[in-house]
Amino acid sequence: MSALIIRRAGPALSVQDKGRIGYMVQGLSRGGAADRLALAEGAVLLGQSGDFAALEMPGFGGVFEVTQDTRIALTGAPMTASIDGEPLLWNATHRVAAGQQLTIGAPLRGLYGYLHVGGGFATDPVMGSRAAHLTARVGNAVVAGMSLPIGNDENADQADVKLPMNERFQGGILRITPSAQTARFSKAERARFEATEFTRSPRGNRQGVQLDFEGAPFTAAQQLHILSEIIVPGDIQMTGDGVPFILLPECQTTGGYPRIATVVPQDQPLAAQAPTGARLRFQFIKLKEGLETLRSEAQILADLKRTLQPLVRDPRDIRDLLSYQMISGVTAGHDE
Amino acid sequence: MDSKTQPNPDQNFPRLSNIGLSGILVSFSDVLSEAANRAALAFRAHLEVATWDGIEETTTSLTSVYVGFDPKYISHATMEKDLQDLLKSRNWLLSELPQKRKLWRVPTVFGGEFGPQLDEAAELAQMTVQDAVMQLSNSPVQVLTIGYAPGQPYLGTLGEHWNIPRQTALTAKVPAGALVVAIRQLVLFTADSPTGWRHIGQTGFRGFRPQSDTPFPLRPGDEVIFDAIDAEKYANLAVQDSSGNFGATWEEIQ
Repeated sequence: MSALIIRRAGPALSVQDKGRIGYMVQGLSRGGAADRLALAEGAVLLGQSGDFAALEMPGFGGVFEVTQDTRIALTGAPMTASIDGEPLLWNATHRVAAGQQLTIGAPLRGLYGYLHVGGGFATDPVMGSRAAHLTARVGNAVVAGMSLPIGNDENADQADVKLPMNERFQGGILRITPSAQTARFSKAERARFEATEFTRSPRGNRQGVQLDFEGAPFTAAQQLHILSEIIVPGDIQMTGDGVPFILLPECQTTGGYPRIATVVPQDQPLAAQAPTGARLRFQFIKLKEGLETLRSEAQILADLKRTLQPLVRDPRDIRDLLSYQMISGVTAGHDE
Repeated sequence: MDSKTQPNPDQNFPRLSNIGLSGILVSFSDVLSEAANRAALAFRAHLEVATWDGIEETTTSLTSVYVGFDPKYISHATMEKDLQDLLKSRNWLLSELPQKRKLWRVPTVFGGEFGPQLDEAAELAQMTVQDAVMQLSNSPVQVLTIGYAPGQPYLGTLGEHWNIPRQTALTAKVPAGALVVAIRQLVLFTADSPTGWRHIGQTGFRGFRPQSDTPFPLRPGDEVIFDAIDAEKYANLAVQDSSGNFGATWEEIQ
């Protein structure tokens, strides 16, 4: 079986898929890719199942080799990337030959980049998923020296393709719907929450991200006495000192700090990808409006498929690459 | 009707509310009661057996049932009506606890460096430290729900004295096996964790054993006695028992 060899690794690389459904009752949250859209983009680029697992790279990639010629796709936060020094277009497929070196650096925007392989990573599933849930001590981080087995690529002959960048890497407006505890916050408190400009704090991981803001703490009625209640990813929790956290796929399954609202699934990638200092605002929408934004996985994949373009090594792509590098000031080579 | 089966008189319950775009919460109470906890466990058990189309996942909290479903497949209106009909089909507050419950005895060191906030918690509960340990170690508490982290139990219900608030600031880290208290409940942490609850004791018990055939040893409905032991005995247990039980034993409740 072919494999991806990890020569160097950024911190907290992990294999991720869509996560586990059915374990909330045991206290294990769904987990899975922090940016689910990036997972779907990889599946569409490589022409394979949305169930396949990819390598999630928070904040930094690594240096990789393959034991056999392999198709790859790069999605999520655009990062500097090259094969043997030749820069690569992000949100596109490429071919890595055995012996070549794939180098992925820091993100130019956003936080979570993804490396997909044709055939997907074929690590052993645990409780029905390959996703590492490091918070729950399920699975392990991917570190230098490891090899990840690669499944059989059934579309190995497919021509290289690219997708337009779906920008979600620099903060913005997050749509939220009311939740079971929203009414515990006064109307004035909810209005202030919507009117406040937040910045993504340096404190954050796959469990959740803290938001910084100017102004008084946000408080709910009887907030230190509320019974612990169900949490789902996207919930915005107010800790005891009135600071909001947006909860992400590795969140706890229950918690006692009140939730003011829930970020709709479509906007959760934007919440996860907001880098430190990115500005975020919230906009309440009604459940009905929220449901109108909801896309099934099949719809998301079909929508993406319609925007696929052939990857032609033409001057426009080269210009894209140059502009990437000009934004970041980072070249493909790097030291840790 | 004895006091244990007294229905909750609150007319606002049971109540349905939305969580995200694909979840409905069925709440039996917003204060902790054993009847509401039993209602939640029984209502979820019914849904698990009935396997309604469109439901993807169910779970319980202390007094609520979460129903995760696919709103593309079944509308919120239909799901709400079906849940309301099921709620009306019987008085869920009179439900029995699950079958095959266990009584666990978990050796626990209270106070000192093993429970640095015991004194503070006892003071908030308006009792001496001695009385606090007596109360917490002598009578069984029930696993009300599993949540927050894998296999992690919320236990109760402690007496009204123990309705002490969470801290406003988080404790950065308590170790795995920590026993913490707030709002008439205990939590036995399964992994190192930040918490707003007060750390009063320490066990070596592991509520989540990923490598084991029984990764989740505790179930809602089980009862636990936190037997008080001293630090020396705790140190001996550490040497003797690496099973995850750390000296804990159980028997089936008849």
